[in-house]
Amino acid sequence: MNWKAFLALLARDAHVARRNLAPLILQTFLQPLLFVFIFGRVMVGSGYMPATYKSLLLPGIMAISMVFTGVWAVAMPLISEFQFTREIEDRLLAPIDLPWVAIEKVVAGLIQALVAGLMVIPLAWLILRPGLELHINNPLLLVVITLLVAGFSACGGLALGCSVSQQHIGLMFSMVMTPMIFFGCTYYPWSALSKFPILAKIVLINPLVYASEGLRAALVPQFPHLWLPMILVALTAFDILLLVLGLRQFRAKAVS
Amino acid sequence: MDSAIRTRELRKIYNSAPPAAAGRTGLFSQSGGKKTKDQKQQIIALDGIDLDVAPGQIFGLLGPNGAGKSTTVGILTTRVRPTSGTAWIGPHDVWREQTAAKLQIGVVAQRPNLDFSLTAREILLFHGAYFGLSSHERMQRANLLLDRFKLTDRADQLVRGFSGGMMQRMSIARAMMHDPQVLFLDEPSVGLDPQTRLLLWEIIREYNQKGRTILLTTHNMEEADALCEELAIIDHGRIIASGTPGTLKASIPGGYLLRLRFGHHSQPLHDRLATLSGVTEVRPAGNGGADLYASRGGSLIAEIANAAAALGVELSDVHISEPSLENLFLHHTGRSLRE
Repeated sequence: MNWKAFLALLARDAHVARRNLAPLILQTFLQPLLFVFIFGRVMVGSGYMPATYKSLLLPGIMAISMVFTGVWAVAMPLISEFQFTREIEDRLLAPIDLPWVAIEKVVAGLIQALVAGLMVIPLAWLILRPGLELHINNPLLLVVITLLVAGFSACGGLALGCSVSQQHIGLMFSMVMTPMIFFGCTYYPWSALSKFPILAKIVLINPLVYASEGLRAALVPQFPHLWLPMILVALTAFDILLLVLGLRQFRAKAVS
Repeated sequence: MDSAIRTRELRKIYNSAPPAAAGRTGLFSQSGGKKTKDQKQQIIALDGIDLDVAPGQIFGLLGPNGAGKSTTVGILTTRVRPTSGTAWIGPHDVWREQTAAKLQIGVVAQRPNLDFSLTAREILLFHGAYFGLSSHERMQRANLLLDRFKLTDRADQLVRGFSGGMMQRMSIARAMMHDPQVLFLDEPSVGLDPQTRLLLWEIIREYNQKGRTILLTTHNMEEADALCEELAIIDHGRIIASGTPGTLKASIPGGYLLRLRFGHHSQPLHDRLATLSGVTEVRPAGNGGADLYASRGGSLIAEIANAAAALGVELSDVHISEPSLENLFLHHTGRSLRE
């Protein structure tokens, strides 16, 4: 393993991210913050939603921001760099084993997803206070869940980025990301689906469900959430599955 | 001494259209990753390629588009998996010891594949960093190369806005950044203006004088002739001739090629032409024409015209070419390189 090359690849991605910082921030935070404002502030303030909804909403918004950022940060560059121009070629030719080029992308995406997740908390707190009740009883659990969520979003970005072609990006977001977000227990807890037993079962194939419920367990344990061991196992399994799938797709794209 | 580049029995069969990286495939459209059944036609890109390139040599792979040049380079640079056979860079099996092989090589692909998110200087600096150069070394080499390739005044601009020729120069500078032992140049002078082409040739020779090995592919005879010490002529995935440009040219029967066009085909005329003094071979060509290999050129014309007139055949066109690699290719394949 050539750490020098790995760190240089990471430095390159950090450099490019820094250059695109402003659009990156807007793209990551605008939508979730608008959502927080409308649902957490307007709807609650006008009495259409109970005040407790603020606290219920935050973990879901955090999950969306992280997953969106991770997927976007890994998938979009991969899709364009594997296109006709083959921009990624100089990194494929770097003196490092091919899978590590993909793993570097995952690490870069994971870091961006973590930053996005950690920034949502204070931003949302600014909009939602007073009345936001976070109970971080177990900081270690928060760290583990946040890492697993960031990991699955970055690995998902790798798998998607190496499977989707440029002309299908729009389709990817409307067919994959949008249903994932709405059926991801982001704006409601999983227990809210108890009146829809079939749907409640089906959504369990959606990794975002475990991300939202996991963050709910770590941030607002006063609300009902999925059984914690199940969340941890599911998130770990999705991390591994998406990484393996992503690496396979990456190799297929990289080597003809 | 061991070879710098060696391949044995290299074969590559694509199960679908070769991807953009491996060949000039403007004809094929790439579908988004999913293979449909009707795409599963097999394409034999390489059909048993054996190469031996000595260290410090400028080696040319000459052939028309689609002959297998880029696929050969792709395999030698870890970018294409061989269906069978083995390729080595120095002592390293390219497929099994990819990282070791990648440390030895610099690659200029057929199409510029620059990192569009970076400026020219950043491309060189990061490339140097991938290969573990110290930051001082990186800066120094980047400045030198930018200067050598006349890119200094655009060094801090994003390469996205560069012209095709500038991108090509930039690709070559990047490939030289880590001072690789073996440099691959896939059609390096396509799209360059004559002046830049001469600059490129000069730089290639200069790099070679440092003892580096260079493999370049081209379908430009002049380039192969001017630069290469050894050549392999490749067509339909096979090497059809190899040697120095001199020996290859000397191997053409007669040396001169006279391409003749007649009003109509006449076997007696062909038989008569074969008996003219200095003529070594007569080959029928399309539309009543004949390709004539001979040891002399212009002085044969009068005799050919007389022979045709005597048999009542009109001589409509004559083209004489001196001994060249172009003729060699034509001799071996029956097709011109440019076809």
